[in-house]
Amino acid sequence: MARTEMKHILPTGLRLAPSQVWGSIRLVPVLRDEVRGDLRFARRTYNDDLTIVSLKGGLMEPGLKYISYVPHGLVMGWDDKSRSAGAVFGTQLHQPEGKALKVGPFTVRVLHRMAHREDKNRLRLLPLHLAMEGFLALHFGGPEVAWTEYSQEALSRGLDPRSEWSVPGWSSTAFDEALRIFEIHEQQVGVLIFHADLLLSAFIVSHPEDYRALHRALLEDFYGDLLLQYGFLGDVPPLSLSIDDRRVSSLGDLRAAITRMREDWGVFQGFMAGGVFGVEVSASTVYEAGPFHLQRFVTSLSPSEENHVGEVIMRGDGTLEYLKTYRLSAAQTRRAYLLKQLSQADWNLERAAVNLKTTRNELMLRLSNAGFGYLLKESVLQAALRQHQGRR
Amino acid sequence: MDAALARAEQVAREDLVMFVNACFSCTGQREFYNDARGQAVSIEFLHAYILGNYRRLYARTLAAGINHFNQAQIILNLLATGKETRAEDKQEEGALIAAALRALPPQRAFRMLEVLRERRINNRRARAIVQEYLEGRPDPSFDAIKYRSKLRAAVSHGHLKLGGELNLFLFHGWRKRVYTTPLLEKFRQAHYDESAIFELPFTVAEGLAAKHRIPRDVFLKRIEPRLTAAERLRLQGAAAREDGVTLTMDLGRAPLTKLALYVLSLKPEVRRERRAELHAAMEQAAARTLRRASVPLGRVAAVLDNSYSASGSTEKRRRPLAVALAAHYLLSASAREYRAFWTNPVEEPLFMGARGQTDLATPLLDALDWMPHLVVVVSDGYDNDPPNAVAEVTRVFRTKLDPARRTSIVHANPVFASELYAPRGIGFHVPTVGVRDAEDLPTVLGFARFAEGAAPLSELEDYLAARVRMLLERGQRSQGTAKPLDATTEASGEPTAEEEE
Repeated sequence: MARTEMKHILPTGLRLAPSQVWGSIRLVPVLRDEVRGDLRFARRTYNDDLTIVSLKGGLMEPGLKYISYVPHGLVMGWDDKSRSAGAVFGTQLHQPEGKALKVGPFTVRVLHRMAHREDKNRLRLLPLHLAMEGFLALHFGGPEVAWTEYSQEALSRGLDPRSEWSVPGWSSTAFDEALRIFEIHEQQVGVLIFHADLLLSAFIVSHPEDYRALHRALLEDFYGDLLLQYGFLGDVPPLSLSIDDRRVSSLGDLRAAITRMREDWGVFQGFMAGGVFGVEVSASTVYEAGPFHLQRFVTSLSPSEENHVGEVIMRGDGTLEYLKTYRLSAAQTRRAYLLKQLSQADWNLERAAVNLKTTRNELMLRLSNAGFGYLLKESVLQAALRQHQGRR
Repeated sequence: MDAALARAEQVAREDLVMFVNACFSCTGQREFYNDARGQAVSIEFLHAYILGNYRRLYARTLAAGINHFNQAQIILNLLATGKETRAEDKQEEGALIAAALRALPPQRAFRMLEVLRERRINNRRARAIVQEYLEGRPDPSFDAIKYRSKLRAAVSHGHLKLGGELNLFLFHGWRKRVYTTPLLEKFRQAHYDESAIFELPFTVAEGLAAKHRIPRDVFLKRIEPRLTAAERLRLQGAAAREDGVTLTMDLGRAPLTKLALYVLSLKPEVRRERRAELHAAMEQAAARTLRRASVPLGRVAAVLDNSYSASGSTEKRRRPLAVALAAHYLLSASAREYRAFWTNPVEEPLFMGARGQTDLATPLLDALDWMPHLVVVVSDGYDNDPPNAVAEVTRVFRTKLDPARRTSIVHANPVFASELYAPRGIGFHVPTVGVRDAEDLPTVLGFARFAEGAAPLSELEDYLAARVRMLLERGQRSQGTAKPLDATTEASGEPTAEEEE
């Protein structure tokens, strides 16, 4: 397990431009003034119905697997001393990756690892799946102490198999339309996606040309429940600021007022994206690609706050070079929170219940409701259920 | 009582301005921000509303210089509801319909005749108007070939009798043994004989060429003398794809907006190569447009939108951008002093594409800094960097910095916003007018004072009445001089032929 560190993700080197709104979707352009061009991303599409990523062990050997629909991956190229990422970018011949299988009418692809080095300065990564895998693997080992309540299966295999579900971008027509009519800025390297004015996802790359190429691919990525949750809420307001005409006496003043308006927009939207920017996250390094460290992170996982998982690349000077986040739904947060509480109490239900200010039975019910019933012995769970019903 | 009257008048004026404005720009086609369905519903509602409430003014809108799509809609709606015309308006309405129909490009007029059948509009006046239109056409046998299905629809729907062999031709086609009319005979022969198809109009010959399996390059080379100007322009790209085919044409003779659309459809490197030629053609086209309707202007600044939304839709590809480019050339030709301010600055307007965000406030401020007499803004009205900034700029400028109106600002919008039933504006203090072709800018600028809301209803009525008189006089003159042309001149240079999007 990689070392975890606590850190803050800050939009260093980036600037937010005023948002563009369509229906309930608000897209905030993220601009970068200084583009260094030594880190490039390209999209690689997979046309398979299902993808199996082998996390431990060989490609076709038994071992830990991550199974999902993966429409595309990102190929990351960076500068080392000898070659420049910009010069060779997009020129490599593409050979089929992993192993393609045919299962009835469906195709299945087996891939090596979430982040797989392909060349000296080239890395293939599965965006968001990387972060999601990290999220699924939280406390994956299961109980460390064999308390009597836990089932045999939980003790021997941990949380395996663990699953979560999410929503593909194309399930929201408003999102599709919002991406279509979005006007990409010249220096734009990323976008913050808000649905019903709640931060749904952030996506930032290093180079504006890469963003332009990846813009429509956002539709194929997956998002939190939130993309559907407030689907009928109606339109979000375009939020127009006004100018105080008492303070304007010349065209120069008017120009200054517009500049101020633009800055106010950036500040305000930075505030709206406060769920990711500025909060403390626990990050762990997945891959060290030359000077760039690919890390995945997860926020505090406290149920009263918005929670995101994601992956990030920061430069040594703190410049944010790559970011992709996924907003956890309330249920997903709850599950992670329960596991975290259990783990902190050394998987002792009594102690965890005290920490959560509840009873042991209640906690067991909560675990069962959250989908972790399989961790507990059937008889124990049933007893808890009976007692709970009897009391009501 | 007076207040109520005044309010009624204001409502009538606003309704009409809204309608005329919509008729300048909307064509019921898909736009960047709206789909075709929404556009059609929106414009149909406006037509129904104005027809029901202000019938006389509705008919007179035909003369206001609105686009062909809406002219056809108005004609159809008037013909469908002839019973509701008041006795004193009957004569004027009939004359207006006839004159407007005659002035429409033939493919649009014939399409309208077909819609008469689709909508089951059949009454004595409709039949008489169709009959009169067909009799007034310079070369009926050419129409019978080029618009065969539409003409047949009109004739069978209205039980019309056409002279000569036309009725026979329409309903028996080429199965008849022999025709004495040369063009009809050629059409019959072309079904059996390859060489005869090159005597036919291009659109008809194209289908027959496929039947005879004539290679595309051979076909294009041999049909060249028959191409109309619009077809020539449209086929430039197709000819370039075939080896050794060049369709010579004088680009400067093409309509200004059409030419701008053509220029923008070329690849950037081609535009760079042919820069001098294209630039000269655009200037020539602008000068020719001004010869028809000249408006001498003083010191003019243009704020032109080349953001990504100017790329239009699949149905109106790059039209907003083309209107902006054409307006740039038109204004620079008609103004004494001229400067252009693009939303995303360009080194050379001919090389630009639709890209990037819409920041209208900055170029507008730059333009105002230059202190012009007139600022013309050509934009779809959606600004997003920051949103609504341009409305604030115009508001503060009008109310605080320039209440005396030394600089007037007019917004010409090529895009109809279906949810607003009008082109989207850039603030309440700037009149917004719709525009479809940049050639209409002089007309549209003349209409801007009504859009501003300052002019009373009576003035608008006078304006429309004057335009009606102009249209009717022109109609009478052209009717008097209309002579049947022989088929070849008609086929090679149909002057009003304007192809659909």
